[in-house]
Amino acid sequence: MSIEIRNLNKRFGSFTALNNVSLDIQPGELLALLGPSGSGKTTLLRVIAGLETVDSGQVLFNNEDATHQHIHERQVGFVFQHYALFRNMTIFENVAFGLRVRPKSVRPDNEEINKRVTDLLKLVQLDWLGDRYPHQLSGGQRQRIALARALAVEPKVLLLDEPFGALDAKVRKELRTWLRRLHDDMHITSIFVTHDQEEALEVSDRVVVMNEGRIEQIATPDEVYEKPANPFVYEFLGHVNLFHGRVHKGRAWIGDIEIDAPDHAEAEDLAAVAYVRPHDIEVDREPNGESALAAQIVHILSVGPIVRLELAREENQGKNLIQVEISKERFRGLQLEKGDRVYIKPRRLDLFPHLTH
Amino acid sequence: MDMASITASSSHSPSRTRITQEPRWVRYTLITIALTFLALFLFVPLISVFYEALKKGVAVYIAAISDPDALAAIKLTLTATAIAVPLNLIFGVAAAWAITKFEFKGKNVLITLIDLPFSVSPVIAGLIFVLVFGMQGWLGPWLAEHDIRIIFAVPGIVLATLFITVPFIARELIPLMQAQGTEEELAAVTLGANGWQLFWRVTLPNIKWGLLYGVILCNARAMGEFGAVSVVSGHIRGSTNTLPLHVEILYNEYNFAAAFAVASLLALLALITLAIKTGIESKVSQQKGPNHEH
Repeated sequence: MSIEIRNLNKRFGSFTALNNVSLDIQPGELLALLGPSGSGKTTLLRVIAGLETVDSGQVLFNNEDATHQHIHERQVGFVFQHYALFRNMTIFENVAFGLRVRPKSVRPDNEEINKRVTDLLKLVQLDWLGDRYPHQLSGGQRQRIALARALAVEPKVLLLDEPFGALDAKVRKELRTWLRRLHDDMHITSIFVTHDQEEALEVSDRVVVMNEGRIEQIATPDEVYEKPANPFVYEFLGHVNLFHGRVHKGRAWIGDIEIDAPDHAEAEDLAAVAYVRPHDIEVDREPNGESALAAQIVHILSVGPIVRLELAREENQGKNLIQVEISKERFRGLQLEKGDRVYIKPRRLDLFPHLTH
Repeated sequence: MDMASITASSSHSPSRTRITQEPRWVRYTLITIALTFLALFLFVPLISVFYEALKKGVAVYIAAISDPDALAAIKLTLTATAIAVPLNLIFGVAAAWAITKFEFKGKNVLITLIDLPFSVSPVIAGLIFVLVFGMQGWLGPWLAEHDIRIIFAVPGIVLATLFITVPFIARELIPLMQAQGTEEELAAVTLGANGWQLFWRVTLPNIKWGLLYGVILCNARAMGEFGAVSVVSGHIRGSTNTLPLHVEILYNEYNFAAAFAVASLLALLALITLAIKTGIESKVSQQKGPNHEH
């Protein structure tokens, strides 16, 4: 099912939850709504589900207006962050619930319900837990049951509100890959909300980055990471270093570094900020004749195959430490130690003129 | 299970008991004080009720509780309870549902109103009804014209009982339903359940033990209420006397054996209530949590 969202607006008192949001969702797509808390991502999900009304705008399912449809008519499956399993029912009855509450004319008979529930429990690989109660299951198991329960009513759209938010890191990673595989098998249009950028980038086909009720960028995970549309997306997605400088007629200056900035050929002596990812910075002991920034190593942190350095620029000691990631081999080759003086230069950066922070 | 409880259940190391417990003499002193207090103020009076009731023999005891006036009092108490408890059951569930599952204006006013019978002295509560429905009250003349008797009659007693027992069920359910939240209901709605199915299949099973607990407390209070009922009753023997009022009358007539015999019925009720209450309490605390321990 395709979903089209047109100019949605929603306010809670003086708080703007959705500010003119428009979005097209392709059939069979797995879409992530990513943003900090209060960015409107959960509100958008609940509006699509029919759990929330809007002040203005439209939601279209397969080109049909569903804005004022009751949740029962929308055929959506919803998975809650805290699972929301029925505590007084067995796992089997939890999954069967959606079928049992159907009006008599469309309710499958007991045998059919048995078969469907057993199949779903097998799908989520928990068929041996049918007669347990929710409190006897682990968090990861509960969330898989919650998913099976949502799938039991054969929804056209699957909506997941921070589905892995309450789980610990390891289970979260396992479930992520599992959800991705499940989606690839079922091809049901799915939207999930998350504030975890890693989760969004790893699982989804496309990422919608939201902030203060607006959509900042809609793109594939690679694009969002490699070509963030604006400073917000840059800062929200992963660690990033921020340098202040100037651009003028296609050239940019950051401290002693001068670089080409062909995208900004018309710029006339503008202040600019440059964003550089920690792994896009080269570190050396000598300036090597090229323009480079001098800095001092404040802290060294070794994480697996990567070494993370914190550097202080010599002009502004102490404030705005620069984060750099280099390989362990490179680190050993340079024989770096805390307090050493190094020269750095960005391998790749993105310039945003005029946006002084 | 955390480390401490593993140690506690798997070994009997004396060092741990020394670390986490007070010295022996402190413990025994505290236990003795508590038990003495309980014995003096609860156990002895309870025993004395049954002792006094049976002092003059079983025959006198049976005669006292099978006296027509006593039977009438039992019947009236049961009638008032049979009306008050179901009505408060419906009101309590509705109020708790409204307060915990919806946002609306005047919610705090409703919560305060539910608590009112707890904060007002029962005698005052009774007086309010006299002022409204009594002969000199606001509605008195109109009621007299239409030959409706409320004060010094059964309807007054039912009203007073109803008023006094309003908070019990709602007060028991509100914290329970608040702790449970609305997520399960939302989930049921997304799965296609209508309001009726939602209530019977999800909400009610989740609150059933808390509800039963509230009903037990409400029932005990409805049968035992004295103050408010005393004001509106008029103490007409065989007609508007409830069990507690009957005890008072017998006592004032120096008919101690009969007074204690009837009182023993109320004491027995209290003991049964206590037993059921203890059984249910653990179930209520179980219902509060299990979905959110992770």
